[in-house]
Amino acid sequence: MKKLLEGSQAVAEAVRLCRPQVVAAYPITPQTHIIERLAQQVANGELEAEFINAESEFGAASIVLGAVAAGARAFTATASQGLLLMTEVLYNIAGLRLPVVMVCANRAVGAPINIFSDHQDSMAVRDAGWIQLYVESNQEAVDTLIQAYRIAEVCGLPVMVCMDGFLLTHTFEPVDLPTQVMVDNFLPPFHFSRTLAPSRPMTLGGGSEPENYQEFRMAQFEAMENARAVIEAFDAEFDDQFGRAHGGLLQAYRLHGAQTVLLGMGSLMGAVRDVVDKLRDQGQAVGALRLRCFRPFPAQALTQYLSGVQRIVVLEKAISIGAGGIVAAELRAALHQAGNMTPVESVIGGLGGRDLTPEVIETVFQETPLNEKGATFRFAPNHVMPDETDRGDCL
Amino acid sequence: MKTNAMDKRDAFRHNVLTSGHRACSGCGEAMAARMVSDLIGPDAIYINATGCLQVFTTHNQQSAWQAPWIHSVFANAAAVASGVEAALRAKGKGTPVVVQAGDGGTFDIGLQCLSGMIERGHDVLFVCYDNEAYMNTGVQRSSSTPHAVRTTTSPPGRLSQGKHHLKKDVISIIAAHHMPYAATATIAYFPDLKAKVEKAMRIKGPRFLQILSPCPLGWAHDSALSVTVSRLAVETGLFPLVELEHGELTGVMRLAEQKPVEEYLRPQGRFKHLFGSKTGAVELRHLQALADARIRHYDLLDADTQWDTERAMQSARHGRGGYASSMPTSEAVKNDA
Repeated sequence: MKKLLEGSQAVAEAVRLCRPQVVAAYPITPQTHIIERLAQQVANGELEAEFINAESEFGAASIVLGAVAAGARAFTATASQGLLLMTEVLYNIAGLRLPVVMVCANRAVGAPINIFSDHQDSMAVRDAGWIQLYVESNQEAVDTLIQAYRIAEVCGLPVMVCMDGFLLTHTFEPVDLPTQVMVDNFLPPFHFSRTLAPSRPMTLGGGSEPENYQEFRMAQFEAMENARAVIEAFDAEFDDQFGRAHGGLLQAYRLHGAQTVLLGMGSLMGAVRDVVDKLRDQGQAVGALRLRCFRPFPAQALTQYLSGVQRIVVLEKAISIGAGGIVAAELRAALHQAGNMTPVESVIGGLGGRDLTPEVIETVFQETPLNEKGATFRFAPNHVMPDETDRGDCL
Repeated sequence: MKTNAMDKRDAFRHNVLTSGHRACSGCGEAMAARMVSDLIGPDAIYINATGCLQVFTTHNQQSAWQAPWIHSVFANAAAVASGVEAALRAKGKGTPVVVQAGDGGTFDIGLQCLSGMIERGHDVLFVCYDNEAYMNTGVQRSSSTPHAVRTTTSPPGRLSQGKHHLKKDVISIIAAHHMPYAATATIAYFPDLKAKVEKAMRIKGPRFLQILSPCPLGWAHDSALSVTVSRLAVETGLFPLVELEHGELTGVMRLAEQKPVEEYLRPQGRFKHLFGSKTGAVELRHLQALADARIRHYDLLDADTQWDTERAMQSARHGRGGYASSMPTSEAVKNDA
């Protein structure tokens, strides 16, 4: 049965259904509604878990690290500055191969301080060794959270479910919450093979030297490589059991016969699909591809989907200062490696919560020369409000 | 009752921290960790901060630990322990949880997580092996380093007499959380240390032990003198052995007589620069006064203290320390006020 829920509430309900035993978090906008709801569930006895109010995000990440190492399923959530404060621990969780699941309520990173949504925070920790799944809707956030625990626990890798702050976390949408029985059937109880216990004493997190450190990293990389098939398989299995799937690694929209394809991540893709429909109605051969799984990067699947496409445009809500588009650069590398020399147009927009309206997306679809020689990307034009004409059409 | 505890006979057959690790000879931390972990036993989960103990016991896939042990990063040992304890609570298990950290992981980078752990009341024993500097990275000054000590980042020179600031009074900071039990100990008084570990293990909630653990390398003393030096730290009044329960002082080891601090300072190369110069002599006098101030504060002695305790109390109250040689006199401070 569908319920009208705020994104944060929906995610908190999904967390409850996954039966975490330890929840630790530190408040940061726009993640707070998630942990407030979880705190209330614990207070009401609806969720049987230890709710730990951490003294910082660094502490929150460390608490879930300890909890999982001691054999408990755990959850945390953060955003922006909080995610960056966690960075050292994020790498450590991944290196210790602990199946932690967290939600990143995607938010811009300061300075200047800005609470609104873009993908800079999670993109900044893309190399930390976490699986990163970017969701488009609140329903997908719920479903992906449930899948995330299964993926994490099977792969021995932590999973970050990335949902756009405010655009999803604070938006009410009808959400189909699965029953406890359904979730229990999909997600078995957590058994951690390296649990800290006196009956089988183990040393976790000891030192390594040049002669073997690289092998640890290689093993981590291999686990991440193997995660692609797991992510796809569990999305398909979820479809069988719940009647919903979200594309596994990638979600294609009207790619058949498409000459121009726009690739993007997260909630902006709903508007992109509307624009695709409009342009298709006008006879333009356009399509869209939503990157759901950014880590591991689905290079092979992307090259397959984009084979034969004449124009590829990547619209992304983060920037590597000094380089440009992040997803675009990785896509170029993947295509180049596969012998596909189609240029990739990189467009950056929506930073710090700036609206990517259908009008803006439509102009992104139009071929625009780069305004500077040697530039590898352009900024998306601004949505022009009547009183904002002085900002100019394009940066 | 089903229990995860290992066969108790095994516990007697082996140490928690076994031999073959890579500590320096005379390492006070290795001695202290051996004492603490053997007193607690293998039926516990040990969380280690980054530091010497982690490095010399888990070098390159070799582990000296015969109990479950985890290391994450430098600053977060208390938070990892909070998570471990929460998980055990959620699973209905009562396995004791013990943190081991150096003074860097306690006084400095780890203090925030430690404060959070105590404030939330986690049932964890946090043990700080205090060797008064960052020894693992090559003897850099920490906020635990005492006044006028030479370290590689507080070097004496034409304009310097070593560390400019006072040793942070961490036991008071910890006790100010009004937690069940906080105490200081050293490797020189094993019965005292044993009693404190055993008492701590009988108490529920957050508990804290600060164990002075000499480092022959960083303190530059003969490696055979680690126990002697830590005994002298107590006998001079520089490191009082105290117990605090719920923020109140409940026990001190009183001194039959006070030894002059010079007896403690002389064998240690880290104070060598203070001997043989006029300004050094002023700092030595100040160190004596600081010892006297501590003796007076904890009422360790029946007799009166001899040195300029009033002035030392003032410098302790003013907080940041500073060299005695450049400090205003007691008279000047009084006139200021």
